[in-house]
Amino acid sequence: MTVERIENRFAALKAEGRGGLVTFVTAGDPDPRISLDLIKGLPKAGADVIEIGMPFSDPMADGPAIQASSLRAINAGMTLRKTIELVRAFRRGDTETPIIAMGYYNPIYSYGVDAFLKDAVEAGIDGLIIVDLPPEEDDELCVPAMDAGLAFIRLATPTTDDKRLPAVLNRSSGFVYYVAIAGITGTRSAQTEDIQAAVDRLRPNTDLPLAVGFGIRTPEQARIVADIADAAVVGSALVQAVADTAAEGGDAVKAGLDFVKSLADGIRER
Amino acid sequence: MNEILPNSYRTGPDEAGHFGIFGGRYVAETLMPLILEVEKAYNAARRDPAFEEELRYYQKHYVGRPSPMYFAKSLTAHFGGAKIYLKRDELNHTGSHKVNNCLGQALVAKRMGKTEIIAETGAGQHGVAVATVCALFGMSCKVFMGAEDVRRQKPNVERMKLLGAEVIPVTSGTGTLKDAMNEALRFWVAHPETHFYIIGTVAGPHPYPQMVRDFQSVIGIEAREQIQEAEGRLPDALVACIGGGSNAIGLFHPFLDDKDVKIFGVEAAGDGIETGKHAASITGGRPGVLHGNRTYLLQTDDGQIVDAHSISAGLDYPGIGPEHSWLAETGRVTYVSATDEEALDAFQLLTRTEGMIPALEPAHALSYVGKIAPEMGPDEIIIMNMCGRGDKDVASVIEHLKARGKFPKDDS
Repeated sequence: MTVERIENRFAALKAEGRGGLVTFVTAGDPDPRISLDLIKGLPKAGADVIEIGMPFSDPMADGPAIQASSLRAINAGMTLRKTIELVRAFRRGDTETPIIAMGYYNPIYSYGVDAFLKDAVEAGIDGLIIVDLPPEEDDELCVPAMDAGLAFIRLATPTTDDKRLPAVLNRSSGFVYYVAIAGITGTRSAQTEDIQAAVDRLRPNTDLPLAVGFGIRTPEQARIVADIADAAVVGSALVQAVADTAAEGGDAVKAGLDFVKSLADGIRER
Repeated sequence: MNEILPNSYRTGPDEAGHFGIFGGRYVAETLMPLILEVEKAYNAARRDPAFEEELRYYQKHYVGRPSPMYFAKSLTAHFGGAKIYLKRDELNHTGSHKVNNCLGQALVAKRMGKTEIIAETGAGQHGVAVATVCALFGMSCKVFMGAEDVRRQKPNVERMKLLGAEVIPVTSGTGTLKDAMNEALRFWVAHPETHFYIIGTVAGPHPYPQMVRDFQSVIGIEAREQIQEAEGRLPDALVACIGGGSNAIGLFHPFLDDKDVKIFGVEAAGDGIETGKHAASITGGRPGVLHGNRTYLLQTDDGQIVDAHSISAGLDYPGIGPEHSWLAETGRVTYVSATDEEALDAFQLLTRTEGMIPALEPAHALSYVGKIAPEMGPDEIIIMNMCGRGDKDVASVIEHLKARGKFPKDDS
């Protein structure tokens, strides 16, 4: 499946005439059991695409919420191998929802690129977003990943100027992830008109669907972004909702899925 | 590892910032345009005679360069072997080699029209040097520092504040130097238009490892001239301590193609390599990607970065500059290590024999000098980089010595 699963999902969304909801959770956060239950529940709660964070000790593009989630997962014993197993377990019950593994390069480099790609494809991972691999380092993972049939989803940002845009969009597949602000995850939110302007700038340069993320925290924001682009990505706010409930001893899975449902309802409300 | 040895060890990095397989530009897309802009500005600056002239002016009149090359007679007699020379970068303004690089980068920032500076610091030596050049050039300055280091290195925190810098304690991750660097990078991602990041060591994405090396190479360039003048020949060995490795590469680089000069980099072995509590990335780590470059890193089997441990906060970093990783793999430089105990002993030795209180960082280098000097002949020459003075370490050294029952009791 791999990249086709992503293409099929965006084609279905287009046919449905609505933008999609992409949700991010960190694998193994707050612990591997809750994490699996949460991820299994995401499609029914309304997530169209699932991004699974591969925990890393030094997530340099992430804000406090996702940094903390990564540390919780590592402290709970999560590894890249277990993250791949988590996807394999999810796939036993869902063969339709695209899974994107998102993270940083070092754990993959440490695992071994060839071994990782083989295991990732077998487990049912469809695409990769690797924050610290810009086009300048494409030979490392982008090229072999695309050869293996995985989508390599590139981040475009407000600092990506027109001169640089082709390099960023070239060798992108699956979709393009527009980072709405210059900054880290879970901090500021972009102005609607800035997102509109960015989408208008990107559209003529790519045929791929556009997902927009960073700073989207409410059903209202998700609806606005999903209307402008092809999908809205929500990460920190979801991770935080799960963490807060888990910390209070509540039902973290339910809290996470309720929040996702509210986002999905927001997106479907026209 | 490398089947073909290069004709010259001094030509790197390549255009993409690689030294062999090491180095590179592993950063988020948001930062890429900035890094390319820094590279462009640096390349223009280093070809501009006016830049060179301004840098030399401040090196001479503000930092106090050239730093002396001192023949350590008593130390030489103590070890009873090779002649030991100390390259005295601890006499620089601000007390360490760090200012060499800060001055250069601040002048690059100035050319780029950037007046807001950010930096990371561990022990605070780099932070103080950045705060100093910012005061000099009227720039604003934010220094990110691990919360634990803020507590441990109070005098340097106070110096930075007096110099007008804002010190931002970092509690994310494990609250150490690597987290301070993460946090500085995060801040830079969010303020790409206005700020310039002065990285303190030969790490980070290209062009930083090259740029910092070039600004620190003044140490080795001077040392070559000075030893020729004193001895009429090149030394037999160079020794320098390594955390990220900026003072070491500064001394080593101008000598890399002198095949008869043996070169030793001394990493911090902390409690001992075998205990796992150390900061020796080459001796005890393996290649990985962190902070924008591929290099030797301390990490778990799963590729998670492990905290470094050393008595010296300045060596307490889980990585090393990528050029050092390459020099290790090509075999040009030999990387060894010294423990906390060995550094403490060397600290006391230099203090008593030469009347110089070294920083704990070069005390590691001295410990290794003590291992090789007695094995060498009296006509042979060692140059050690005395890269910082120990004022900042006095309180913590006394604490360590008291804990070991080695500090003289109060007479009063």
